[in-house]
Amino acid sequence: MQLQPESRRVTDQPQPSRRDLLSRIGAVAGSSAMYLAMTSLGLAAESQYSGPITLDGDPKGASVLILGAGIAGMVAALELRKAGYTVTVLDYNARPGGRTWTIHGGDTYTELGGETQDCRFAEGLYLNPGPWRIPYHHRGMLDYCKRLGVALEPFIQVNHNAYLHAKNAFDGKPQRYRTVQADFHGAVSDLLAKAVNADTLDHTVSKDDRESLLASLRSFGGLNADYTYKTGPTASARRGYDKPPGGGMGAEPTDSVVTSASDVLKSGLWRALAIAQDYDYQTTLFQPTGGMDMIARAFAREIGDLIRPNTKVTAIRQTNQNVTATWTDPTTGEHGTTTADWCLCTIPLSILSQIDINVAAPMQDAINAVPYAPGMKIGLQFKRRFWEQDDAIYGGISYTDLPITQIAYPNSDYLHDGPGVLLGAYPFGPYAYEFTALPPAERIRKAVEWGAQIHPQYKAEFEHGIAIGWHRVPGALGCYGQWSTEARDKHYKNLCALDGRILLAGEHASYIPAWQEGALLSALDAITRLHARVMSP
Amino acid sequence: MSAVKLALKLAIALLLTPTLALAQQPDGSFSSPFRFGEPTGEAIYQNICAGCHMPDGRGATGAGAYPSLRQNPRLAATDYDIAIITRSQKAMPGFSRTLTERQIADVADYISKTFNTPLPESPK
Repeated sequence: MQLQPESRRVTDQPQPSRRDLLSRIGAVAGSSAMYLAMTSLGLAAESQYSGPITLDGDPKGASVLILGAGIAGMVAALELRKAGYTVTVLDYNARPGGRTWTIHGGDTYTELGGETQDCRFAEGLYLNPGPWRIPYHHRGMLDYCKRLGVALEPFIQVNHNAYLHAKNAFDGKPQRYRTVQADFHGAVSDLLAKAVNADTLDHTVSKDDRESLLASLRSFGGLNADYTYKTGPTASARRGYDKPPGGGMGAEPTDSVVTSASDVLKSGLWRALAIAQDYDYQTTLFQPTGGMDMIARAFAREIGDLIRPNTKVTAIRQTNQNVTATWTDPTTGEHGTTTADWCLCTIPLSILSQIDINVAAPMQDAINAVPYAPGMKIGLQFKRRFWEQDDAIYGGISYTDLPITQIAYPNSDYLHDGPGVLLGAYPFGPYAYEFTALPPAERIRKAVEWGAQIHPQYKAEFEHGIAIGWHRVPGALGCYGQWSTEARDKHYKNLCALDGRILLAGEHASYIPAWQEGALLSALDAITRLHARVMSP
Repeated sequence: MSAVKLALKLAIALLLTPTLALAQQPDGSFSSPFRFGEPTGEAIYQNICAGCHMPDGRGATGAGAYPSLRQNPRLAATDYDIAIITRSQKAMPGFSRTLTERQIADVADYISKTFNTPLPESPK
């Protein structure tokens, strides 16, 4: 598939366009200077991404060896070939995409340690073990999806009818997100309004602001005219009804009963309300229709011919003239070397830190400075979509303080009969380590046992599952690079800087760790600087 | 009681409420999202370290490798593994925030006793 016309670069304009000017600034000074220039031109953006990059000038057949066929490697391969470079990509996995990966029914996966799982999901059902959502401000990812024809659909982050659950709150009975949010906002507003009316805040709030504050609390908290939050039509309009309004005879609603401020605060359930306040999780988010691997497949249609799969890099050596990667093919036992003028290495630092590479100490120290975080996801197939049919939950996420941490419902194929797959666990930190150390079947058994505390239907409806612990993924050895502030201060620039003929890219070379956008932006920045170096030797 | 005093009281009550539930598993696993609750070196190793170094300590190899801990001469120096578990080493995360010093000492002891002696089944 060819890229759509709007992505083609414009080179025949008589006057330099604003974009030309920006791309020149970018080529000479790097993307941060370009961002500053954009800001001064009134284009202050939500993203470093400023549209398709232009790598002007003839690289005269210069060759680039790209290591790794994840988002960073594939974006770089696509753009460098378009700019006239000779490109070769080596990748460890049998499939392109790296952590941009989807497991479908019929797939077989063997983790480190040798346990093999056969995915038996029904046709069309899948699990994205890695990235699964794309926020609206990840403009690079969205633009490549658009240019490559990847269909997107909404990813539901907040579902007001999903559950919030804590073992020790409300006798372990899951609460609807809607009622927790209404009661929390109501309780906090009620308390603050009482403080204002008791003149407690007179030193902090001016007389002029006082009325506005009260009005805003009434609006924010769903308070009554007397600034109280209590059972009644106003609260029910937020938290829902015991008997919702209907039509015809006996259709009048019955109010639901609000939870006391003390119970709401003690429950701790308000913690989960903050998640969707974060910039990364604000509406709108997207997901590729059919699985995140649709992005990998779309890139592979463009540059799949450049990728050598099943290729394990064991050494990377540079001279004044070129860079050579030594590799083996674990599937055939074949050994070989590949040489190019330049090397863009996108191999995760969890692996690169073990590879013999002759870079100077600053880059080597940076490569060694980043621990890799755990991460674990479990996909569970059930005989029917009971969360829709019984609980009226269509997409979105339930949160719990059980080790599974969250249950995410499929954001597509609503109201379908037949089986469905949900994300039955997605913990971080200690729980992710502990899940990963278990055999896959035991991870799944525990996820079903814990999930049944929120959805009792689990026990009758569960069919089978698949469990991916990222520290056991052979091509990744971890979920993402977990930079500390201190390590970033000391090493980040050295990680990103060109060392002789070697440049690094990937989510680890970004300030958006674990997100595809970080990998994409780091790759675009790296090849922009590489191209500037090639054009002005 | 004024509203502000009530709010303060609630806040204090929340701070004092133990947020970490008691371990629900007999081996102390899955007891907290912030700290590991495993009480013994063996439980710590099998529930955390084994995720990468494998239950029998033999490590694993993919695009990169997790080193085997079996008869690993570097582990003969007891301070070596304690330092790594505490501070991190290359891609291996540090555990100073999630394990107590006692837990780290216990798991280092378990590793050296279990893996750094000749394998019972190995011909000597």
